Amino acid sequence: MSVIAPDFKLSGFIKSLLDNIFWILLLFVLIGLPAVFMILIVIEMPIIDGELLTPFLALSYLVNPTRTLPVIQAFMTTDIFRVMAFPGFGFAALLAAGTIFAERKMMAKIQLRVGPFYCGKFEGILQLMGDGLKLISKEIIIPAKADKPIFWAAPVLFVATAAAFVALIPVAPGWVVADVDLGLLAVFAVIGFFPIITILSAWSANSKYPFIGGIRALFQMVSFEIPLILSLLGVVMVTGTLNLSEITASQSNFPWIVFLPIGAIVFFIAMLAELERIPFDLPEAESEIVAGWLTELSGMLYGLVQLGSYLKLYAFAALFVVLFLGGWNGPMVVPPFPEEIITEGIEMGPITLSIEGLPLLTQEMLNGTLWFVLKTVGVIFFIILPRGVFPRVRVDLLLDLGWTKLIGLCFINIFIALGLVYAGVLGPGGLQ
Amino acid sequence: MTTELPTDIKSTSSEIQIDKPSSKWLPPGLALQKVDEKIMTLNVGPQHPGSGHMRLIVQIDGDYIVACDPDPGYVHRGEEKMAEYRNYITNIPHLERPVIHDSCNILYPYVLGVEELLGIEVPERAKYVRVIAAELNRCIYIMYWLAIYGIFLGHSTMFMWPTGDRELLIDLMEKMTGARVTHSHFIPGGVRNDLPANFEEVCLRQVNYFEKRIKEYAAVFYDNPILIARTQDTGVLSRQDAIRLGVTGSVLRASGIDYDVRKKEPYDVYDELDIQSIVMTEGDAYARSKIPWLDMMDSCNIIRQALQKMPKSGSVRVKLKPNPKGKGFDTVYKRVESGRGSLGCYIVSDGKPEPYRLKLSVPSFRNLIALPYLLKGEKLGNMPSVYWSLNYWPVEADR
Repeated sequence: MSVIAPDFKLSGFIKSLLDNIFWILLLFVLIGLPAVFMILIVIEMPIIDGELLTPFLALSYLVNPTRTLPVIQAFMTTDIFRVMAFPGFGFAALLAAGTIFAERKMMAKIQLRVGPFYCGKFEGILQLMGDGLKLISKEIIIPAKADKPIFWAAPVLFVATAAAFVALIPVAPGWVVADVDLGLLAVFAVIGFFPIITILSAWSANSKYPFIGGIRALFQMVSFEIPLILSLLGVVMVTGTLNLSEITASQSNFPWIVFLPIGAIVFFIAMLAELERIPFDLPEAESEIVAGWLTELSGMLYGLVQLGSYLKLYAFAALFVVLFLGGWNGPMVVPPFPEEIITEGIEMGPITLSIEGLPLLTQEMLNGTLWFVLKTVGVIFFIILPRGVFPRVRVDLLLDLGWTKLIGLCFINIFIALGLVYAGVLGPGGLQ
Repeated sequence: MTTELPTDIKSTSSEIQIDKPSSKWLPPGLALQKVDEKIMTLNVGPQHPGSGHMRLIVQIDGDYIVACDPDPGYVHRGEEKMAEYRNYITNIPHLERPVIHDSCNILYPYVLGVEELLGIEVPERAKYVRVIAAELNRCIYIMYWLAIYGIFLGHSTMFMWPTGDRELLIDLMEKMTGARVTHSHFIPGGVRNDLPANFEEVCLRQVNYFEKRIKEYAAVFYDNPILIARTQDTGVLSRQDAIRLGVTGSVLRASGIDYDVRKKEPYDVYDELDIQSIVMTEGDAYARSKIPWLDMMDSCNIIRQALQKMPKSGSVRVKLKPNPKGKGFDTVYKRVESGRGSLGCYIVSDGKPEPYRLKLSVPSFRNLIALPYLLKGEKLGNMPSVYWSLNYWPVEADR
């Protein structure tokens, strides 16, 4: 049945506007104001310039940059900001969303199509938002014989694990959510969760195709974790640390890919397998086992798994950048903050503002983030690219690749690293 | 990894044993079976993304296929019965429905048979036009088949490229016949319309470009190391088994048997054209997938020859009587080489304007028979590649 749009009437339009305004005001009075008072009662607000900061005062700060900046700065030092916004979830989700869009456009260009085109004014840039809205509005269907608590929990756990992985990545000097000394071990621990969650989700659906897909995912992830871990041993040997920030800082002269190219290649291939990307997308091989372990997931449960897998993609690409491509290190391209702004202020029309700047947004931080993002985008490009040119491999070929070829290459890489350390090329007195 | 084919052809039916004879008949797959705890039964289809309009009842032990029972018939349309209620001309549009991508070739044996029944002599130019249309249609079909083969192997670029390049030839067919897929172009006594002005030039240009384009597929698909590793030595059909199972077309030629109806029993003007029927001896899924691609290049050659040899003017159809009838009781069997293999049409006439009985002998069904033998002992991951390499079109098999 098709729905025909009613004729436009000005009176109806004005009435709908008034209706909206009425509801917004009503909701603000009933929910917004109590929420503000709850904040005032529960949370202890800071005192800035001898004034107690209330939400209303914070709103009035918006028109006065000299008073807004300290508030923003205070917010940026909190853990909430680190976890939710910059080096954490928000930044990663933004890059993941960009990855999805870039992947679809890139595939389209390889395959001589246009890709997303209509949603949003420019080249279908809002397509992802439309897809997300569709997934949210879909009904969540759970198989009758499924183990319901685990079936619900698995996608959430998947996103949570991917987010935990994101938290370990240092983006710029000092900008990391969890700066742990055993960072690389923590990464392995987080990666070890993915097969468990996958098999839980697959088994709890109590259906044949998810089960086969889950078993395949288990095979694949377990057998590729070993070359993944072994390929990083070379980097650990030459740096002598497991802290990801220190590993990044150690590459100020040369990235490790120059000395350990075999390790980088093995890590990249194992990374593709861990991410279930083509040519290793056996757990989701649609022509063999429908959608693999995602078959019974519907609506936002599926959306959560997709979000998690793209966060995972970003995190793996970032890990590759941190370990082999030198992370935030790069030539200084961001200009320093002009001094005259601090001393003399900016003249904007009739008024003169004196802005002190944000000490946290230093030149190093901006420059590091820029290089980090550029390198990560480059790695993501190479992760996406095989999807356009390779078919899917088979399970036996995959296991053969993982257990014989990649592990052998890993040992060669370890010997190269040992040789470099003992020959004095790297380490104390060497190049780095 | 060569699969040992059962020496006894009837052996797969013994795989499915009914636990106790039930009075109620159940469709295959739903019937109670002796359950081995190690064996899992998968119903692949009819809504599985890798099945087409049919169902495969696959029993797997771990990753290995123990038995496979194809269950076609989901798109049975009763074409043969319908043909008994329509006269020889009105049968044309509905008989091409089983394979709309290859509609000229599926109509070809019917038209040849009716011509023999009615005793019609076809003009020379019409014969060449038919050959050109049939070869173009073969390419259109193979491109569609190749696109699906690509997506079955997870190669989405190989889905998009052939679907896009196929448009070239579809546009050409549209110029020629007025319709994009269901042309209804062949009629007893010739073809429906003459070629449009300037067609030879456009056809030559587009076919040359098309050939250049399909040669590029080698780099992205046929020489791809992963594809070769995946499909080589899988689903091997030996020369003897190919003869015994009665497969046709590219499947037969992949097993080393040089059998092409265009060469062995030339119809129309195929005996005047130089046809290379491509033969490979490996008999595996890779050879079966490569032969149609090489066939397309051969088709381009044939089209160029036909364009050169075709009489530049002359009529393309014989005027028929309004309601043509056969002369008394008569039977005729004609076959052609379609995109999938030898396609036959058996017509029984009893002197009425409608055929008394019409039987299509389709290559898809004959190739499908080989599937259980090829899949036995293979890995589940090989199921899509072996299945689609058989050049099987579900709708045609069901008629």
